[in-house]
Amino acid sequence: MSTTTTTKRPPAAESRTPSKAAQLLGDRRLPVLVTAGLFLAMYVVGLSRYQNYGFGEAQVFMNLFIDNGYLLVAAVGVTFVILSGGIDLSVGSVIGFTTMFTAWLVERQGLPILVVIPMALAVGAFGGFLMGYVIHNFEIQPFIVTLAGLFLFRGLCLVISKESISIGDSSVSSMAGAQVSLGAGFLSIGAIVALVVLAVAFYVLHYTRFGRRVYAVGGNEQSAMLMGLPQGGTKIAVYTISGFCSALAGLLFTLYIQSGDPLHATGMELDAIAAVVIGGTLLTGGSGYVIGTLFGVLVLGLIKSLIQFEGTLSSWWTKIATGVLLCAFILIQRAMTARRKT
Amino acid sequence: MTTTPRWRALTHHHLFWPVAVLVILLLVNVPFTPDFFSIKMTDGHLYGSLVSIVLFGSPLILVAVGMTLVIATGGIDLSVGAVVAITGALTCSYISDQADQSALSGVFLAMGIGLVAAVVCGLWNGFLVARMGIQPIIATLIIMVAGRGVAQLITDGQIITVNSEPYKLIGGGYWLTLPFSIFVVAAVVAVTVALTRRTALGLLVESVGGNAEASRLVGIRSMRIKIMVYVFCALCAGIAGLMISSNTSAADGNNAGLWIELDAILAVVIGGTSLLGGRFSIGGTVVGALVIQTLTTTIYTIGVPTQTNLVFKAAVVIIVCLMQSPKFRAKVFGGRFGTKPGAKGGTGQPAAAQAEPAAATEPAPKMEVS
Repeated sequence: MSTTTTTKRPPAAESRTPSKAAQLLGDRRLPVLVTAGLFLAMYVVGLSRYQNYGFGEAQVFMNLFIDNGYLLVAAVGVTFVILSGGIDLSVGSVIGFTTMFTAWLVERQGLPILVVIPMALAVGAFGGFLMGYVIHNFEIQPFIVTLAGLFLFRGLCLVISKESISIGDSSVSSMAGAQVSLGAGFLSIGAIVALVVLAVAFYVLHYTRFGRRVYAVGGNEQSAMLMGLPQGGTKIAVYTISGFCSALAGLLFTLYIQSGDPLHATGMELDAIAAVVIGGTLLTGGSGYVIGTLFGVLVLGLIKSLIQFEGTLSSWWTKIATGVLLCAFILIQRAMTARRKT
Repeated sequence: MTTTPRWRALTHHHLFWPVAVLVILLLVNVPFTPDFFSIKMTDGHLYGSLVSIVLFGSPLILVAVGMTLVIATGGIDLSVGAVVAITGALTCSYISDQADQSALSGVFLAMGIGLVAAVVCGLWNGFLVARMGIQPIIATLIIMVAGRGVAQLITDGQIITVNSEPYKLIGGGYWLTLPFSIFVVAAVVAVTVALTRRTALGLLVESVGGNAEASRLVGIRSMRIKIMVYVFCALCAGIAGLMISSNTSAADGNNAGLWIELDAILAVVIGGTSLLGGRFSIGGTVVGALVIQTLTTTIYTIGVPTQTNLVFKAAVVIIVCLMQSPKFRAKVFGGRFGTKPGAKGGTGQPAAAQAEPAAATEPAPKMEVS
């Protein structure tokens, strides 16, 4: 790392002092480290302030995963898309649709949940595939195609039913209530699934050919194409993964909340994108780590639980804090990319 | 189908297909509500479906006009919904604190404060996009996320209601027998058209959208133009925010202007402005916004369940975008597109969308927007 940064140094005024700060800014891992540091700092602040209220218990930490498992899964899907240089706005709608679809099939049609799960996942993946197909084959911007997806899935929710459907099915509630003991605390099935998804995504992105392709397409589509990488297939696959992850997140959300509602998860695409950005993935694509996304989700989750522990703060501070963090990390990214280009 | 030059000139006019869609949508209503086009005079006010379409559509028109200029520079502004909420919240909370809520000076001051807040949001967006060089979709995402929180902070999470006659005028009042908001919209649109088409400003905006770097090299201050369009867009959103909160006499930090950014973008696209930037049509946008409002009204009147509204919109977005895509046109219509606008026949919308961009847009240089 250090050799490349010093040789690349431009002949500008600061070239005399290849300072540590400059080296640090060039390091791709910096945003992830900053986020991890921020998470730790927030956790320590939480510990010192609310220790008497039981903030230090291991279960509070586990709850971060239990309460944000669905967001983590959705954010992992979005990480793939953003790494490839695209964006997916349909995440929240697909989650909402999946809750509705699942609740409707289980409650109104009486299908067993084990049959419904693959169906819901297939619908989500197919939706993602369609969007990817349109984006690649007709060269329409991902933003506008996934916006149409947002409208479509939210509309389909409302077509299924205007009212929320609560799930009273016993197998669903036993799944939702299942706990996996981990010594000091327990995790729900949702949290376990989220962690498994994270591990799989980590493996795929960093240790498979497909993962390298995603980075290559996001880094520079033109070069990736000239190198002969199947750039179309990669793009479509990335949106399919995102659709699949959104549907899975929707299933976890259904378990978490045990109902389907056409207004579930409105705006969750923004949370997911914010988590990915805070996790240090460059929005221009091609650079970032899925581990960063984990920290991004944890930071967002920690903000929520800190606000809960504070008690006097109202829920809208979550939005403001998210916005401020988003802004700070975008500016850090900007400083990084500006340095790398010069 | 006919090849008389006049007909061809008409169908190739960039406003033809959006207007045609609008007319078709309006006509669809007639079998369901025979007196759809009738306008009654009651208590010195005009009432009728057409009047209410314009009345309810006016905030959308305003936001969409601002959005058109932003999109013309190759950007996008997602924060307009949040700006609508902030402006309404600030103005209403200021008015509700007054002893005499109907005092003109207080109402004007409150509106001034709201609009200044909107302009500040616009400056911030412009600063991030133009000066810091952040992609517009991301830069405006910040206010989109944080702005709703700020609006709720201002209203303290409540829905603030006001009882002020002068303030009621902007969004719900009547003047010269017509809804007052129509005059506001007309004034804003007229000023915008005058500024962009009677001066060089419109050309500069288009050149920045076509190629920001090249425009800078020929001496256009592209940074300043970009900041200006974001401020203008936020200002339009602010006025729309005044209108929405005045119409309901209440400020709702959570729901005011929810998803208006998506509707506005849709209106701009239907109006024939390319999302790639470099070309815009204010008239098209106004028609586009009216199309969306008419679509909503039509769905109500013909008795289709209102919940299919979003599915409809999704279909319209997909069709319009597919038709704008040069690759799609080449695949589906071969090389003939544009010369036979009715070729696909049948339904109005695909045909409309198909030929309209063909006339209005050429394959623009590919740009990374998202």
